Amino acid sequence: MANMAQAIRLALHYGEENLGVREIFGEDVGPPLGGVFTATQGLKHAWNCPLDERGIIGAAMGLAWAGFRPVAEIQFVDYIFNVIDLLKLAGNSAWTTGGRFKTPMVVMTPTGSGIHGAVYHSHSFDSIATKIHGMKVVCPSTPLDAYGLMISSIKDDSPVLFLKPKALLRTRGDELIPGEPEGEKELKAMIDAPIGDRSKWKPKWPKVTDYEVPLGKAKVSHSGTDATVVTHGRMAPIALEAARALESEGSIEVVDMRSLIPYDWDLIKASIKKTGRVLFLNEETEITNFGEHLLRRTVDELFYELKVRPRLLCGKATPGVGLSSVLENFTQPQKPDVERALRELLADPA
Amino acid sequence: MARDMRTPSAPADGYAALGAETLLRIHAVMVKARALEERLIKMSKSGDGFFWIGGPGEEAFNAALGLQVKKGQGTAYDYLHLHYRSSAIALAMGMPVVDALRQMRNVAADPFSKGRNFVNHLAIPQLNIVPMSSTIETQYATAIGTGIAHARDGGDAITIVNGGDGGTAEGDFHSCLVWANRPALPLPILIVVANNGWAISVAEDTQHGEKNISDWGKVFGMPAKTIDGNDPVESWLAIAELMSYCRTQRRPALLEAKLSRLYGHSSSSGANRIPEPDCIALFEARLLERKLATKEQLEKTWRENLAEVDAAHQRVKAEPLPKAESIWEDVFADGLPQSYPRNGGSF
Repeated sequence: MANMAQAIRLALHYGEENLGVREIFGEDVGPPLGGVFTATQGLKHAWNCPLDERGIIGAAMGLAWAGFRPVAEIQFVDYIFNVIDLLKLAGNSAWTTGGRFKTPMVVMTPTGSGIHGAVYHSHSFDSIATKIHGMKVVCPSTPLDAYGLMISSIKDDSPVLFLKPKALLRTRGDELIPGEPEGEKELKAMIDAPIGDRSKWKPKWPKVTDYEVPLGKAKVSHSGTDATVVTHGRMAPIALEAARALESEGSIEVVDMRSLIPYDWDLIKASIKKTGRVLFLNEETEITNFGEHLLRRTVDELFYELKVRPRLLCGKATPGVGLSSVLENFTQPQKPDVERALRELLADPA
Repeated sequence: MARDMRTPSAPADGYAALGAETLLRIHAVMVKARALEERLIKMSKSGDGFFWIGGPGEEAFNAALGLQVKKGQGTAYDYLHLHYRSSAIALAMGMPVVDALRQMRNVAADPFSKGRNFVNHLAIPQLNIVPMSSTIETQYATAIGTGIAHARDGGDAITIVNGGDGGTAEGDFHSCLVWANRPALPLPILIVVANNGWAISVAEDTQHGEKNISDWGKVFGMPAKTIDGNDPVESWLAIAELMSYCRTQRRPALLEAKLSRLYGHSSSSGANRIPEPDCIALFEARLLERKLATKEQLEKTWRENLAEVDAAHQRVKAEPLPKAESIWEDVFADGLPQSYPRNGGSF
């Protein structure tokens, strides 16, 4: 089974071979490193660029306007803040030009906490990203979804921000990517660069095939009838574990959003209508958290369907995530916090 | 006070080299641009639009540039990343005046933005004129991308980026210089700075210590020039030389054109005539002096262009405004999902 970094790499390889991707670039994206999380190792069109986030996004926009389908990387989402106005331009170009210019580019960037990344390697960007209207935003929680979302993102004519949950980039799912070998070691031998001198190394790509996760479509990763948890990215597997752990106390439905913009309101709404109880769960900070938008919409449209008040569990509103495990675990939702929130949600008298 | 243009006006042989036909083509574009911009200013003052920003004073340089573009669509042709004073470039390439008037009046038929954006914020895919934005200097960042496309696809097409002197303080200008000179892949970009000496109300010489902005080229060892952008002949020759370098050497060049800003920054500062050198008056005097045109010829050019602008304006006055619901068009390339929030809140 591929891990998420390998899955993204396989999708980019598929994009190079089948979708016209000719430019994959960013800091340390090309050889010898192939990305700080190895997501671009061995790709024939991956190259290194100056340490210049504004140049990276500007280059991607120009390439997209010239008919290319570039994939650019910002090494950590923590360093994307100085390109917000360029992302806004990418997002609004179709609208401001009356549909004359589309901007088919993918910007991928590791997001979130969970690797003891301290202040500048633990940020989330969901609320700001989702306010850059015209740009699509996706965030997978499994390797197969990462593969399918990347392929769909490359095919899409709108700019797409592909958030890679950094804590999950080494995790493996339980679903094979179409065309990948079953053996974990076999895949590693084929596509992972060796330690040491890599100058003569070339990957042996498996024949992976087309697989789309449509942008804007969530999935129910665990069915339930008593409560709904709506989540994405790093929090999705935690929610899944919590739902399984609490099976004797209640039947919890886990909705993995996968796409933040556009988001699958129809699926979210159907689940909340069914259970009447909902927890929105993410790792970004409180105060204009993206989950707060979903919560407001839930109140507006589903008030009379709710059995109890809807809830949000998210990161605490501090200027950063502290390095110490004590600080990080207190700032960001952990599995016990999720279980506690779900227990409270289930126990709240209707 | 007249500004130091550094280089004296073009030598007489420049006029001979270009010949009367080309000189009169340049003149016609300059006049068309001035006639258009002065009508746009009047529209902003008479309630026939909301805001004006444009390029009176830049016609000499811009006409000379626009007429030398390899125009067309796709990477086999030049890409242009312009700013809001570039109307004469687009007119030289064939933009109809009526389209600029439509954007000024923000009617539904505004082809650049469907009534959504300020005047002179162009976007013309058929001419490779990529979306222009009010954001200062971001075009120098996006020029990197089409520059890479041109470097990859070969041929002789180049990327041209044009912005103001004030914006060269922004990092994007320096990003463009660094990326265009990257040893791994030099980019064929003609980097233009239209130096009118002002950043809105702030004089350049109070904020910039560089002797010339083109001196940034020395750092990279790239061809760089500062010229009198009020002279269309000097502009034409410098553009031709540096364009040729970019096209054949597939490397960048930097061109700073010192020129006038004849109506201030925008309608926000009154859009009243400023006593700076007028490139059209100067050019016409030289054409007459060298007997390359007659007074009647030049007057005819003015009459025809004023009439064209007037007719287009009358036409646009009758065109409908955009429909309110059109705000939902073009948000995403593939349309909006049914469940996209459209209420503007709870109601």
